[in-house]
Amino acid sequence: MIVEEKKSDRAQAAGKEPEQSAVKLIPVYVMGKRYEVPEGFTIMKAMEYAGYRFIRGCGCRGGTCGACGTVYRKPGDYKIQVALACQKTVEPDMYITQMPFFPVNRASYEFSDLTSAPEEVFKLYPELFRCVACNACSKACPQGVEVMDAIAALKRGDISEAARLSFECIQCGLCTSRCFGELAQYHMFQLARRIYGARILVRAEHLADMVKAVDQGKYDGILNELKNMKEDELKELYKQREVEPVSAGENWQPEDTRYL
Amino acid sequence: MSYLGYPDFFEPYIKKVEATRPARVEMRKKGEEFPFMTLDERQEILKYHPDYKEEGRREIKVGPSKGYRVAHEFVDLLEARSRVDPDRVNLSEPDYEADVLIIGGGGAATIAALIAEEAGARVLMATKLRHGDANTMMAEGGIQAATKSEKDSPYYHYLDVIGGGHFRNDPDIVASFVRQAPEALQWLESLGVMFSKLPDGRLDAMHGGGTCRKRMHYCADLSGMEIMRTVRDEARNRPNITVLEFSPAVELILNEHGQCAGALLYNMETEEYLVARARAVILATGGAGRLHVQGFMTTNHYGATADGLVIGYRAGVPLAFMHTVQYHPTGVVFPEQIEGWLITERFRAEGSDVLNVHGEKFVNEREPRDVESARFIKECLDGKGVPTPAGKVGVWLDSPMLDILHGAGRVRTAFVGKWNVYDRLGIDISRAPMLVYPTLHYQNGGLKNNAECETAVPGLYVAGEVTGGLHGENRLMGNSLMDIVVFGRIAARNAAAFAREKAAEGMLTLDHVERYHKELEEAGVETDRVSPILLPDYTRPEVREKRLSAVRPGTKR
Repeated sequence: MIVEEKKSDRAQAAGKEPEQSAVKLIPVYVMGKRYEVPEGFTIMKAMEYAGYRFIRGCGCRGGTCGACGTVYRKPGDYKIQVALACQKTVEPDMYITQMPFFPVNRASYEFSDLTSAPEEVFKLYPELFRCVACNACSKACPQGVEVMDAIAALKRGDISEAARLSFECIQCGLCTSRCFGELAQYHMFQLARRIYGARILVRAEHLADMVKAVDQGKYDGILNELKNMKEDELKELYKQREVEPVSAGENWQPEDTRYL
Repeated sequence: MSYLGYPDFFEPYIKKVEATRPARVEMRKKGEEFPFMTLDERQEILKYHPDYKEEGRREIKVGPSKGYRVAHEFVDLLEARSRVDPDRVNLSEPDYEADVLIIGGGGAATIAALIAEEAGARVLMATKLRHGDANTMMAEGGIQAATKSEKDSPYYHYLDVIGGGHFRNDPDIVASFVRQAPEALQWLESLGVMFSKLPDGRLDAMHGGGTCRKRMHYCADLSGMEIMRTVRDEARNRPNITVLEFSPAVELILNEHGQCAGALLYNMETEEYLVARARAVILATGGAGRLHVQGFMTTNHYGATADGLVIGYRAGVPLAFMHTVQYHPTGVVFPEQIEGWLITERFRAEGSDVLNVHGEKFVNEREPRDVESARFIKECLDGKGVPTPAGKVGVWLDSPMLDILHGAGRVRTAFVGKWNVYDRLGIDISRAPMLVYPTLHYQNGGLKNNAECETAVPGLYVAGEVTGGLHGENRLMGNSLMDIVVFGRIAARNAAAFAREKAAEGMLTLDHVERYHKELEEAGVETDRVSPILLPDYTRPEVREKRLSAVRPGTKR
């Protein structure tokens, strides 16, 4: 189906004032079907302009949830490319299809049994060693994560490095879709980050101390007082709060220690 | 072509910003500020805040909060019929059975699922989109808890929360919140959430708007994503948690004893309505930004359409604090790829001017959020906003000033996340300003609950953004991520206990929906609206007008 409204209609449809109807429409092919959509739109908005109402393949609409993985090819180019539909701008004559689901292997585990040993990852994901270091994963990543480097870190047992390198992973699975070795990189990274967060990073002692103090009822009395306080009194206390300066260092301490 | 990465359209406007920049930088260097408003001036300006606009709201004519004035967009959904004819639903043969049914798939829902499962319940999660598609995933800032006893305590956290909420918050809920926040944070740490820490394990912390101590903990600038993906990963390890994706609840189901005993689910792909029977239910459906209250763009997820609010209200739960909605002053207006996206307050705190179409300052950039938003709106209403090719309007946030004031490279190093996103779109925000406008950010209120997450309906628990009481009339940054953890856990414990000890066997019923329909008729509400709407429709009107299918049997898509 080719969209064939009058020019002025199109302009208004895109929310534009009639006098600004200079907006240019370009052809794109959604799953092979031609539509004319405004230049500068993202693939997601272009598809909606064409009339698609998404159920799958649409999420945060801001590049952080990984719902809208999309495959496209440009005219005259042999290369299959991938992107997030909410981030990639349409180009003339591009062929587009969404990839709202991709079946991958995720290992199940009992987290409390895991140690920080590299073998934990090897056992759960032996396919890790099918990686041939082709780097297709890193090239596919819309976040610019060095996926192959993070996989290499896992292979040599450096869980911390894999966790840090993969921190910005949005788990869209585009790397997996391009992987020659058929690795589910993002599940491996998730495992690495959890091991790193719980078993390698030093636990916060001050947090444990605070939890203990709360459990022992240290603040129950004062909280009960606050709960039953009149609004005027609360406002007074609120105004009197001593504010930690923005520039204060970790060692800053307030003068009033009565409510600590 | 383009000017500094913006389409040509913007060139004359950006040049006006550049023309006034040297003088404005000089003013900054001399420490001169655009004057702050007096309290009286603030009151005047707040008339432009969407919350204060009487024509933006109306009384609800039916239901447990009849007479309450809230935004039209909410009333439209509450004064609407069910998606189904309750008579046609076969409640005698449930399609799913569980001890605890959790409606939603974001942070609060997933955390509740973990704790309910640990309490021995068989858990069914029904969610509209994918597991994890939620506002939680998009939260950047951080998570508040008083953890450093040498300078902070739940006492100060309490005062901050209640002061931020204009002293209207529910005191029991706030006390429970601040008391349990530290343990909730420790629980996340034990699950492997990668908090930003000092080498000795101390948690990094910063201020948020309205905090008196630095207690905003964070995971770089992806706190919500890190928390969401970690708890989701753990849920996937648990055999007694079943997740149904693309299956939103469209009604709650009660039993003949008046207890909540399940929900009617809608398989969005096969269009079947399916009955889930449970011994207790937790509603954790999140917020409502996609209703675009008063036409505002939003920072929210695609699925934020107030579904839980609608079905909870129909089942008899009153509303609390729904008269206030949080608008963040600086959401992106252009480029459209990131429209509605939040630009952190720190740009203004570090000295970026806010400018109108003439490149002139018109407001101090550090007024309270609601005042700042209202002033932007007024400037644009006065015809001094900057237009976009798509017919929208905004004001400039002059980020390049930061490189001049604090040294070259400041924007790129201090705001690397934002810099990267704009860079991918061809704009260098250390050279070109950002175009912003207030954006719908958070539903301050919701379904009325108590500190035990109980509602007016026995067996129905609520957690997260769908609730009302904790934040009063205005939520502080960093308290929503903690909200979902503390109250996701409490809701789960109580729902699991209810399922075990109090749930009675009995016939399932949708009579409350019938009664609601009758009440609509009696109130003279004549409408063909149905709710919950489940998803927004962003197709263009010309397409919608040509969708001429007469009737869709059984349902309205």
